[in-house]
Amino acid sequence: MAYSELIKNYERIRGYMRQFYVYGFKSREEYRTKSARSYDNERRRVESWLGDYMCFRQDAHGKSVFLSVDSRRLRGNPLYKSFKAKSFTAKDITLHFYLLDILANGELLTLREIMERLAGRYLSQFDAGFPLDESTVRKKLKEYESAGLLAAERRGREVCYRRQEDMVDLPSWLDAVSFFSEENPLGVIGSYLLDKFDQTPSYFGFKHHYILHALDSQVICDLLMLIRAHRAAELTVQSPRAKAPARCTACPLKLYISTQTGRQYLLAYRYLERKLAFTRLDTIHQVEAGAYEPEYEALLSHYQKFKGHCWGVSTGTGRQLEHLEMTVRVNPGEGYILRRLEREKRGGRVERLDAHTCRFCADIYDASELQPWLRTFTGRIVQLSCSRQSVVDTFFADLARMQELYGGGGGAV
Amino acid sequence: MEVAAVLFSELYGSYFNVVAAVLAEAVRHSLTGGRLEEIVREKAFAESVLAIPAALRSDWPLLKPDGTTPLRHEPTMPLTLLQKRWLKTLLQDPRIALFAPCEAGLADLEPLFNPEDIVRFDQYLDGDPYRDEVYISIFRQLLTAARERRSVRLRYAGRRGRLHDAVCLPVRLEYSEKDDKFRLLASGRRSGYIINVARIRACTVLGPAPSELCREPVRHTESLTFRLWDERNALERVLLHFSHLEKETVRLGEQEYQVTLRYDREDETELLIRILSFGPMLQVTAPDRFIALIRERLERQAQQAPEAAQ
Repeated sequence: MAYSELIKNYERIRGYMRQFYVYGFKSREEYRTKSARSYDNERRRVESWLGDYMCFRQDAHGKSVFLSVDSRRLRGNPLYKSFKAKSFTAKDITLHFYLLDILANGELLTLREIMERLAGRYLSQFDAGFPLDESTVRKKLKEYESAGLLAAERRGREVCYRRQEDMVDLPSWLDAVSFFSEENPLGVIGSYLLDKFDQTPSYFGFKHHYILHALDSQVICDLLMLIRAHRAAELTVQSPRAKAPARCTACPLKLYISTQTGRQYLLAYRYLERKLAFTRLDTIHQVEAGAYEPEYEALLSHYQKFKGHCWGVSTGTGRQLEHLEMTVRVNPGEGYILRRLEREKRGGRVERLDAHTCRFCADIYDASELQPWLRTFTGRIVQLSCSRQSVVDTFFADLARMQELYGGGGGAV
Repeated sequence: MEVAAVLFSELYGSYFNVVAAVLAEAVRHSLTGGRLEEIVREKAFAESVLAIPAALRSDWPLLKPDGTTPLRHEPTMPLTLLQKRWLKTLLQDPRIALFAPCEAGLADLEPLFNPEDIVRFDQYLDGDPYRDEVYISIFRQLLTAARERRSVRLRYAGRRGRLHDAVCLPVRLEYSEKDDKFRLLASGRRSGYIINVARIRACTVLGPAPSELCREPVRHTESLTFRLWDERNALERVLLHFSHLEKETVRLGEQEYQVTLRYDREDETELLIRILSFGPMLQVTAPDRFIALIRERLERQAQQAPEAAQ
């Protein structure tokens, strides 16, 4: 099949774009799961969509392709372009423009009347034939009715169609859409709306902005709609270490979005394991609607008890709580440390012990999840204790390794 | 209740948008081949110029050989249900008060999701007060000034609470999801300003900004290089964590990588603690100034708790 910059299925390109964006050191030969030709085509597509952000490097391992973007300098998420590359047929595009033109005056027309106008006013102006049967047009009209572009009404035994009137004052939404197209989990829809404007605002910027989340938009949309409808989901999940995708039935409850690590998770009740569990969204390949969950409120109330003891997205091993305490030194004039503890404590507690020290403590399912955060207080930690001693041991062992890396010894810089 | 919506659809695609622009011009007047290609180059993907003009000439009966079209109206498309439901969803977000869009046309629609179904579990707890009337009023004035390129007179609290005054041009309102805060980036006569919007006590919109203010605030970027060992899934964690920055990764060995990041100098302290959070999985190798900052923290730690360090 001839190469096209458009694609039918989003899933494959989703994987490639993630690799180019996050890793960027792999050469063509290392994309072993796909054929070399498939790699070439996908790379060419991404280059066509995102050429301004693509970089190349040639070294002993071969040529590698990567996407390098400082999201703070962007005025719009470039990865949304991949959602605007859906393939279509000649009939799709021809009918799109002609149907909306035929109905542009607000007329209510039957399928037969629409067919007559298509043939008489539009297609007759071209010498080459363009066969269009009634069922193709009917199908397209129904599709556009579902999409909300057309409204259908019965006139006797016949169904009539008219164009939906736009009652939305879109210009009044320009600033909001521009902001939320970057700051909403389904911002890609905002990007579609921005395409309707000739000019879009350049006065919004975004810091700590994980544009990569755009690639998971369809999965997010599917899951959020199921959560709203209290329905279970049939998930197809490909975890990085598994050879083949796995299927799992779960009741989705919340989406957990990290603003600091670039990761996003589904929190769902897994029927087979009878427990709440987190699943990385980038590992979910497909979401299908399952049955209505009559016990949804009971699952939610179970979640309410559970959430206060999750530091991040680990549920630990035995659901037993672990107690952790950290005492940090706060010198005079360093009130910002106390403010840091207060704003970053999540479900933990902070108390001032005396003029120079304050204590953070938390009861959580998995204390080892706090390790990265504890390390950010390096230089101030006066005391650290945990009901699971290995957490403390790992912390100080890592600290000793860092002292070695930076303070002396063979590996020191 | 609907339980599925298709985001990946040709209705929102680049080709449909570009062809709409081409046909809009063809409705107004006959289109030359050169102009057709110009529109496609301007609005579509890099390689679309190889596909769209050819398809319009032979495969899609929309544009006649003389550059006119049978369409009687310039193409427009009503908002889809998906788009309207997304707008409806935004009305539930407290930050929508900052923009005050017209809510007409959305009354009978269901939102796509509820805001409480999203948990930003590591977002800082001292976010901006989006429901505060004074904050909303100041934000809207800044937005107006940025949109209309007008100066503002600001009174704002500094880090230690002291009040300052400034006349400047709001260039950008920058939001951080991690901090849940807006910062104003503005240009003044002598220097640029970065002010937390929540610290602004008063704002007056003045007249059109003089030309010397109409410039992007200067940003000083620095480079940081570190070696990374892929232990405890550090490769994926580190690269994803820093993925919002410009970066380049090179493989040095089986489990060893070198990463170079570019960051804004004003964010150095924040970057330092983010680097520290990965512990011995990475080692900064340049610049020396940054290495010295890490050493200083480690030395201070060694003095803090010799008994705890065991």
